[in-house]
Amino acid sequence: MPKVNINGQEIEAPAGMSLLQACELAGAEIPRFCYHERLEIAGNCRMCLVEWVGAPKPQASCALSVGDLRPNPDGTPANIRTDSPVVKKAREGVMEFLLINHPLDCPICDQGGECDLQDQALGYGAGRSRYEENKRAVEEKHMGPLIKTIMTRCIHCTRCIRFATDVAGVPELGAVGRGEHMEITTYLEKTLDSELSGNVIDLCPVGALTSKPYAFTARPWELTKTESVDVMDALGSNIRIDARGKEVMRVLPRLHEDVNEEWISDKTRYACDGLMKQRLDRPYVRKGGKLQEASWNAAFEAIATGLKGLSGEEIAGVVGDLCDMESMFALKGLLALLGSDRIECRQDGAKLESAVRASYLFNTTIAGIEDADAILLIGTNPRLEAAVLNARIRKTWLAKKLPIANIGPAYDLTYPVEQLGDNAAVVADILAGKNGFADILKKAERPMLILGQGALAHEDGGAVLKAAHDIADQFGFIKEGWNGFNVLHTAASRVGALDLGLTVEGGLEGLLKDAKAVFLLGADEFDAAPLKKSFTVYLGSHGDRGVQEADVVLPGAAYSEKSGTYLNTEGRAQMAPRAIFPPGDAREDWTILRALSDVLGKTLPYDSLPELRAKMNVTVIDEAPREGWGDFGAAGKIAKGGIQIAVTDFYGTNPIARASDTMAACRDAKLADLKEGTGTDG
Amino acid sequence: MLKDKDRIFTNLYGIHDWRLKAAQKRGDWDGTKDILAKGQDWIISEMKESGLRGRGGAGFPTGLKWSFMPKESDGRPSYLVVNADEGEPGTCKDRDMMRHDPHKLVEGCLIAGFAMRAVAAYIYIRGEFRDEADVLEAAIEEAYAAGLIGRNACKSGYDFDVYVHRGAGAYICGEETALIESLEGKKGQPRLKPPFPANVGVWGCPTTVNNVESIAVAPTILRRSGAWFAGLGRPNNTGTKVFCISGHVERPCNVEEEMGIPLKTLIEKHAGGVRGGWDNLLAIIPGGSSVPVLPKSTCDNVLMDFDSLRDVKSGLGTAAVIVMDKSTDIVRAIARLSKFYKHESCGQCTPCREGTGWMWRVMERLVEGRAEKEEIDMLLDVSYQVEGHTICALGDAAAWPIQGLIRHFRDEIEARIDRHHDRQAAE
Repeated sequence: MPKVNINGQEIEAPAGMSLLQACELAGAEIPRFCYHERLEIAGNCRMCLVEWVGAPKPQASCALSVGDLRPNPDGTPANIRTDSPVVKKAREGVMEFLLINHPLDCPICDQGGECDLQDQALGYGAGRSRYEENKRAVEEKHMGPLIKTIMTRCIHCTRCIRFATDVAGVPELGAVGRGEHMEITTYLEKTLDSELSGNVIDLCPVGALTSKPYAFTARPWELTKTESVDVMDALGSNIRIDARGKEVMRVLPRLHEDVNEEWISDKTRYACDGLMKQRLDRPYVRKGGKLQEASWNAAFEAIATGLKGLSGEEIAGVVGDLCDMESMFALKGLLALLGSDRIECRQDGAKLESAVRASYLFNTTIAGIEDADAILLIGTNPRLEAAVLNARIRKTWLAKKLPIANIGPAYDLTYPVEQLGDNAAVVADILAGKNGFADILKKAERPMLILGQGALAHEDGGAVLKAAHDIADQFGFIKEGWNGFNVLHTAASRVGALDLGLTVEGGLEGLLKDAKAVFLLGADEFDAAPLKKSFTVYLGSHGDRGVQEADVVLPGAAYSEKSGTYLNTEGRAQMAPRAIFPPGDAREDWTILRALSDVLGKTLPYDSLPELRAKMNVTVIDEAPREGWGDFGAAGKIAKGGIQIAVTDFYGTNPIARASDTMAACRDAKLADLKEGTGTDG
Repeated sequence: MLKDKDRIFTNLYGIHDWRLKAAQKRGDWDGTKDILAKGQDWIISEMKESGLRGRGGAGFPTGLKWSFMPKESDGRPSYLVVNADEGEPGTCKDRDMMRHDPHKLVEGCLIAGFAMRAVAAYIYIRGEFRDEADVLEAAIEEAYAAGLIGRNACKSGYDFDVYVHRGAGAYICGEETALIESLEGKKGQPRLKPPFPANVGVWGCPTTVNNVESIAVAPTILRRSGAWFAGLGRPNNTGTKVFCISGHVERPCNVEEEMGIPLKTLIEKHAGGVRGGWDNLLAIIPGGSSVPVLPKSTCDNVLMDFDSLRDVKSGLGTAAVIVMDKSTDIVRAIARLSKFYKHESCGQCTPCREGTGWMWRVMERLVEGRAEKEEIDMLLDVSYQVEGHTICALGDAAAWPIQGLIRHFRDEIEARIDRHHDRQAAE
């Protein structure tokens, strides 16, 4: 490794490392605006200038790699100064230039308190301005319902452009105009067509791009910050919940290299206003066909009455998509005490089984995608089902242009995909070697397939699962240090539920057919009509589809309001602590079940969360497991025909998102953009 | 004084026909095959010996630049790109070469491209040069038809294509990496260096970008030997150069002269002298709008070459001599240049985007004297904050004219400020 002398300290750094990073290694902090670890180098802000002793002018440290540095004429490592008067003067000069046309409207700027320009002006800004001329003003740009623009504040670092172009894969942001008239815009003043658009707000080092729903609602220093885990999809993206009092003000991404890097989807970020809408904040009991407010005692009594005389076999449970492990474990425990093991998690009817753990996990791991050299997508639209994971596939494609093929409807995934046809039977063709992509998979060193819920939620789902298993088996997907078989879930609770064995023979349909009493734990994603004939208890956070046929409604906690364990699609167990309290009379779900068990005379054997967790025995180690391979799937013929993709409306996949005004606005904006005609269109 | 027999551009004024037949009579395309037969190494060593320095402004040794190109391909093709985006105010030499002597450039492309093992040359021509591009394209057609370029060019066994690409009117696209971006169809913004074009250039392939004049003189140098070219001019500043003389002279013109000719001689011999006589001279910008202005006292004795002009804190640049007599409002003249640079800044990097606008606005006030004297030093300070802190040299080019003005004409600026203050006091 080449050596470099930074401020008199000699360090070794890899040749490909940027000088900026090398300086940080040596403990010298380098101010920057345009540089970002995960984006292409732009080198345009000029804030990171350092002195290379002997060079005629200061150098942008972000754009210079350690390998570019020639040693001194006497052979000693190149001398870099980050603290010399030359550097100080250069940075002060750049800062002055950035500020002359910046409006300095910090008191009314939402970025205030977390603004890079503010922070660095403290270090390099002059006390007063020498600029006596008029400041530039820039017209606002329309960027849709999520991103608020105040482009006069823009310092033209182009981070947003580089994110949209490279990471999100939607080259719809760019700079028009020249010199001081250069402006960042979406060209056509349209909503950014990306599920990751909100990340440009985090990337913007100033207040040019801020969060529209969050505008003028809070200052960062008055927020309580809780490090948590997202439930909007099955990735378990690491988030930070910023709350004030009883309200979640915003959700931000947290760094996790193996899961979400530092991106989150727009749903993760913006569905949080749904936490305040449509909430169940007190128990209800159906009387005379109508749900009426009730006390906890009355509700519990109504349940006791409803269950009276029923045998265990006649009682069933359905768990929803957003449930934490603890609630599901408590419900399973309660039903077991009532004599029932009829509890189901597969609301969509996916033909997954609990027996072999590798059969329902994303075994390659999310970070492992980057090692793949061929990808086969079966019945999944990762862009809508797991937007951040899709960005990882795009990143991999950018790096090595690997072959990617899709079985299912065609959609724009932001990278080129070979379309093998919207026909589940193609899976069998590949297995039989009758499809050209089979050769690519066979030749690949590290092939992977991603099986979507859409492909599994049919009659022949078991056969598809079996075929996928056999492809993995026969085409070298399973080998030392590599498992290329992956199931992409859409529900945050699903892997945990499968781990708990919450499946029954015959699936949801069979379960509901004979049940006389049904417990719904936040289960809203299926047709509630069969519940008409049974006594139904709904325990959940939102008044959504599940309460329609409920006889008793118990107000539970949303993910932000309870301490819970979640297993993501990889099987990675992560803990999300409570950020705020549930509204009104609502309580954490497990405590409700524990209290109910008392009333029913079948007391659950734990009184606290630690006791429950000890019984549940899930180790939260934040690591993707390596599971052994096995036999799974069901023999059978795969029917010809199209695949129904699991997620078609990205903005409405769960009760929280459906309650969110912001998500509704996003859907409207998208539809409006789709409808927008040409000049001759009427 | 350059003797006629040493002149390279024998049809600079368009007296003769530019077409192939006539160009061949003047010696173009003579023995090109033999030159190619001597091999790449010979061509490059001859170019090095000639001491030719790049004619686009920076003056980097051309032979050395060619030698940076990879000798063995790693699978990527190499390209020659000719910078014909002549946009430097005051400069109009490449335009006349392409208009009246296009075959020198086409032949130069083949020889230079061969020397650097390029598969093709792209001539990026300024969009406003419509007629010149037409002539150039016609000349290329002729050369293809005569088998001089294309497959088995000049029967040398070497395949070489020449394309013309028209620019869209941005000064910054004359910067070599911005030119490459523009050629690729992107917004013309300079790239970060390293990597240098010789390593990663157009479409990611090894590329050398040369000025029109550097390429056009190459065939003659190789025909007459590097030693001949090196014998002209002064050491390290060899050969002939086309000077563009404009402004307050009797007969503005392009003229090919020996490097190192005294500035005064150049103007008096070829441009009919300064309007109203040498003593009526106020100042001269000796190398295109980017280089600092020189007052008359310096102009009296200075020689026109890279090193002499550098020694008086200016530069040869493109050798576009802009002459200003005593009727000139020198502050206004420089303010106009500041406006040009503000208008042409690409906006990519901070110091240039913000600094050019700031400097221009202060200059506009200085024209009227609507300022305080302290602001002169502030302006100078701002110009130093721009200079050397940008991605490309446009920042420097915007800063130098102002620095030159303040260095030599501070009295004039201060007098204006005084007058303005007096006027205000009187009102």
